[in-house]
Amino acid sequence: MPFEVLVALRFLREGKIQTILILSGIGVGVAVIVFLSALIGGLQESLIERTLGTQAHIVVRAPEDLVRPVTQGSPGLAVAPRVERPAQRLRSIVGWPQTLELLLALPRVRAASPTVAGAAFALRGLANRSVALRGIEPSSFRRIIDMGPRMTAGEFRVDATNAVIGVELAADLGVSVGDKVRLETPAGRSEVFLVAGVFDVGNKDLNARWVFVSLRAAQTLLDLAGGISTIELKVAEIFDAERVAEEIVARTGLQADSWMKLNQQLLVGLRSQSASSWMIQFFVVVAVALGIASVLVVSVVQKSREIGILKAMGTRTVQVVRIFLVQGTVLGLAGSVFGSALGAGLSFFFASLAKNPDGSATFPVNLSPGLFLGATAIATFTGLLAAVAPAERAASLDPAEVIRYG
Amino acid sequence: MADPLVVLEGVTKSFGTEIVTQVLHGIDLAIQPAEFTALAGPSGSGKSTLLNLLGLLDRPTSGRILLAGRDTSGLSDDERSAVRGRSLGFVFQFHHLLPEFTALENVMMPMLAAKGREEKGMRERAFSLLDEIGLADRASYRATKLSGGQQQRVAVARALVLEPPLVLADEPTGNLDTESGAQVFELLRRVSAEHRTAFLVVTHDERIAARCDRILTMVDGRIRSDERNART
Ligand SMILES: Nc1ncnc2c1ncn2[C@@H]1O[C@H](COP(=O)(O)OP(=O)(O)O)[C@@H](O)[C@H]1O
Ligand SMILES: [Mg+2]
Repeated sequence: MPFEVLVALRFLREGKIQTILILSGIGVGVAVIVFLSALIGGLQESLIERTLGTQAHIVVRAPEDLVRPVTQGSPGLAVAPRVERPAQRLRSIVGWPQTLELLLALPRVRAASPTVAGAAFALRGLANRSVALRGIEPSSFRRIIDMGPRMTAGEFRVDATNAVIGVELAADLGVSVGDKVRLETPAGRSEVFLVAGVFDVGNKDLNARWVFVSLRAAQTLLDLAGGISTIELKVAEIFDAERVAEEIVARTGLQADSWMKLNQQLLVGLRSQSASSWMIQFFVVVAVALGIASVLVVSVVQKSREIGILKAMGTRTVQVVRIFLVQGTVLGLAGSVFGSALGAGLSFFFASLAKNPDGSATFPVNLSPGLFLGATAIATFTGLLAAVAPAERAASLDPAEVIRYG
Repeated sequence: MADPLVVLEGVTKSFGTEIVTQVLHGIDLAIQPAEFTALAGPSGSGKSTLLNLLGLLDRPTSGRILLAGRDTSGLSDDERSAVRGRSLGFVFQFHHLLPEFTALENVMMPMLAAKGREEKGMRERAFSLLDEIGLADRASYRATKLSGGQQQRVAVARALVLEPPLVLADEPTGNLDTESGAQVFELLRRVSAEHRTAFLVVTHDERIAARCDRILTMVDGRIRSDERNART
């Protein structure tokens, strides 16, 4: 064992009460960091998961129809005082098979699925509901939103005769698996489908509005033969979505909306949550650093005789500095091991307090090994930094002075 | 005669910046290898100040200190530490040992500081020194569990462990009862002879001074007399 480590450990062991107190202090600080990160991380992850469970990361569609207003008056031409947005028609993405291929070839895109979306009415007997028709290709759509586990009855099967509806709509129309439902579009086309399955995506509105049919059926109903209205994408890293969307706009001239753009409120909320959590953690780190520094400063005063003796025996200044840096580092390291355990315990306890009906935690905590490593690294580095000033004080002690006055 | 271990040339020392007190007035002195010297004189005459200068724990205000013929005034603090570790041993009056460590570890400490970590043979060397001072059975005792005389003997072993040519001892028996004091002094004389180590021992005790090779007497920051003892 290096000389400096040997002396540092003995100094710490000898100052029992001080060492225990400061270790507890560091431990509590690290526990707060671990617990807070786990809680905020868990909450955010489950919020995002819930949001993205029913959304594609990016939705690509044909660009909107634009009005080109006359901005410059010329003789005989009136300038419109107000520019009105044209009513948007359902338009197909031109040359979509090529576009689909191009999107799938992008390095950050993990899955893409062509879809046809439009408004329709679902009718059964006298009941009549306005719904959002979603024509999909089951094989590729499964990789955008996996409906399989969300089925409450029947199965997720869409083809020429089968459609899938939400629990809310099923209740409104009074249908169940095997019953018939008529779908009618504003264009006046209509078709009868069998309800193959009923889903619950955990959102009442979507459960009442979404109706899944096959791509071909939707094309027919919405008068979009051979065309598709949207391509839905999944990307590898969810927070890359906006950048990938921008890249798609630049490369295809199509309109591309990321989940981040469509859920800005959520993102702002998550960001300010993270910011306040960082703030708290920053102040905890500062408090821990001050605690370590003050304990070591006191220890330098208490050990000034020993330091004087060590110097008289030929201990070099750097060695004295290292003795105190090692003490700070050891305190940070040992305190963070204890704090990590405490923080983990606290997190599990908190997670076990409130449970959802399905047995999952209401406050999910996200305890990753990276979190412990990070907290340990921060505390250890803090210990090292906090020891710098005391170490320099120790190094500047004059051995003659110390030995004379003891 | 061999080259002197240490030579002081016109060394002065003053303290303070506003009110300057000159404590040493032009000291000239040479110490020979294996010489056992007493440094006597009334309290406040500058003995400890002189010892600190000799031990490179402090720097003179003017004058030169040559160790083994080499001027020490140009050395950096770290070089002075290195010289201290290699060429000098110390025995202090108070707070002799590191209380966190055992007797054996205290004796090993200068070796550990010099080499940076424990190496083969260090433990054995420290143990044989403890044996030599008659404290082999206390090797694993904490320093604080030893009596004053035992602590001071361990301090002597520690001062000798790197075989320095010169050991500086500031009133090594001043804090001990007569019997332990005499024991420690006997030990100093014996190890000086066995290891051929020069000693400079500050003492008030005239009987002790009388049993040294050479007696330096200081008064008011000057060396008043420098006598060789005919008996030895
Ligand atoms: N660091 C210092 N600052 C100011 N005065 C000092 C200092 N060290 C020693 N002195 C003074 O120098 C004189 C000699 O002290 P010292 O060398 O300890 O004498 P001795 O060891 O012979 O008793 C004393 O008057 C003491 O007050
Ligand atoms: Mg003195």
